[in-house]
Amino acid sequence: MDWLSPEEWQAVALSLRVAFWATLASLPPGVLAAYALARWRFPGRQLLNGLVHLPLILPPVATGYLLLLAFGTRGPLGSLLEEAGIVFAFRWTGAALAAAVMAFPLMVRAIRLSIEAVDPRLEQAGATLGASGPWVFATVTLPLVLPGILAGAILAFAKAMGEFGATITFVSNIPGQTQTLPTAIYAFLQVPGGEASALRLVVIAIVVSMAALLLSEIVARRVAKRVAGA
Amino acid sequence: MTLSVAIRHAFPGFELDVSFEAPPGVTVLFGRSGSGKTTTVNAVAGLLRPDAGRAAADGWVLFDTAGGAWLPPHRRRLGYIFQEGRLFPHLTVRRNLLYGRWFAPKEGPGEDMGRIVEMLGIGHLLDRRPGALSSGEKQRVAIGRALLASPRLILADEPLASLDEARKAEILPYFERLRDEVSVPVLYVSHSAAEVARLATTVIALEDGKAVRQGPAVEVLGDPTVTPVGARGAGAVLEAAVVRHHADGLSEIEAGGVSLFLPRVPHPPGSRIRVRIAAHEVLLSRGEPEGLSALNILPGTVESVRAGEGPGAIVSVRTAAGTILSRATRRSTEALGLAEGVQCHAVIKTVAIAPEGVGGA
Repeated sequence: MDWLSPEEWQAVALSLRVAFWATLASLPPGVLAAYALARWRFPGRQLLNGLVHLPLILPPVATGYLLLLAFGTRGPLGSLLEEAGIVFAFRWTGAALAAAVMAFPLMVRAIRLSIEAVDPRLEQAGATLGASGPWVFATVTLPLVLPGILAGAILAFAKAMGEFGATITFVSNIPGQTQTLPTAIYAFLQVPGGEASALRLVVIAIVVSMAALLLSEIVARRVAKRVAGA
Repeated sequence: MTLSVAIRHAFPGFELDVSFEAPPGVTVLFGRSGSGKTTTVNAVAGLLRPDAGRAAADGWVLFDTAGGAWLPPHRRRLGYIFQEGRLFPHLTVRRNLLYGRWFAPKEGPGEDMGRIVEMLGIGHLLDRRPGALSSGEKQRVAIGRALLASPRLILADEPLASLDEARKAEILPYFERLRDEVSVPVLYVSHSAAEVARLATTVIALEDGKAVRQGPAVEVLGDPTVTPVGARGAGAVLEAAVVRHHADGLSEIEAGGVSLFLPRVPHPPGSRIRVRIAAHEVLLSRGEPEGLSALNILPGTVESVRAGEGPGAIVSVRTAAGTILSRATRRSTEALGLAEGVQCHAVIKTVAIAPEGVGGA
């Protein structure tokens, strides 16, 4: 990788790591939130819906600031987690948290749509054949929403790769610590002679995004083909 | 095992209040759409929780609202065959078939996969997915999936309604075999008189959420007051034995000492069959008819004349072969002076006996 400077390479690697963990960690709560919004009728459902979508409509800087207030070392959650040895502020884990929060609404939307598309009559059929609720979910619902989960995960990954506002507000822009691909591009553009580095990172961003998109298309087509029985 | 069911459930604008007994064999819930058939079956399955009621078989309680008992559907040991198949699209036919077995208790004999696959003729489909099957094939797989769950009760909700006539003819024999070869009770929903005539051991006639008549199939279908699908669907069922197949393409059958002729049936001589005779295909004559082309002329006595809302009437005639229903205009029943106790002849054209109305008894 001699065409990338160590600093540039660091930013790319960190971004990939941040996006990977942000996506992986938000999958279980993402599926749960999507299922709850699609299927359950409970008081506070609209509130949950609003909370999930908040990062999508709030200015990212505001989301980052709220994260700083809550998860900063002196924040209520941050100090609590610090005792448990988990620190978010000004660490790459904080960048992952910011990316996860920002990508969460996109992930939940994609999964929710695919859960709503599952015919509940198939789940009933599973129940009449002896499968209890969790088994029906595992053997009928989950395989049928898998394309939606994959689409949601890839969308979230791409969003996490590109997250800027909340990240820079929450964990700043420390090279090797919290400097992700977008914040690195921003940093390079602030110094004279940094355009070439910025451009190289932009090219990488395009390649990674396109690859993610292609991958999701291929996966979706495979799954659709399998279900159609062809 | 006899299943006894009592269900009361109120929907906006419709109230279901049925109670019936389903003895071994096929019990058909018969009635027009909206009469409460599917609601009843779904309550038995546990997919709908009724306001009040009870369903139990030999001390095995599915639900009892008075005692607060409610088994969830997955613990009811059902084999539910749905109208639309409801096969799992992401699983192969083989894994669809084995789905219920996975959850069934491991002890006990259970149905043999090979035998069921052979009975339904689906051996060549095992590695395909439901998306690649025809509607008739899907429905056969759905039957197999229900049977292989080792059910204690089989439910079928209009399993043939979404199929065309050719596919229906393909599947009906499997249900006949089910009735004859499988020992668990079958609760079968239908609005087709022909299906009822072929399959039912017991018929529960539903009308506007009430069970208006229940009993053995031949009795209920021969009752002119039971025409749940309108007078067009009326038709009596005769039980008969095949005597011989004639070279001219006709089969001779015998019911109550009377010989009848119908288009060639597939059943071998000596076998018992059921023949449904649609009421609108039966003519009535006061005198002994002569010079008619019809081969089947049955002397009998009028049991009842029931006028409908329109110009038609259903005349029930007791013959040696069994009760025959005839649909005529009120004008002609009056002109002939048909009334209870009057002697007459029922005339049935051989070709009018439809093959889908003939099945094994």
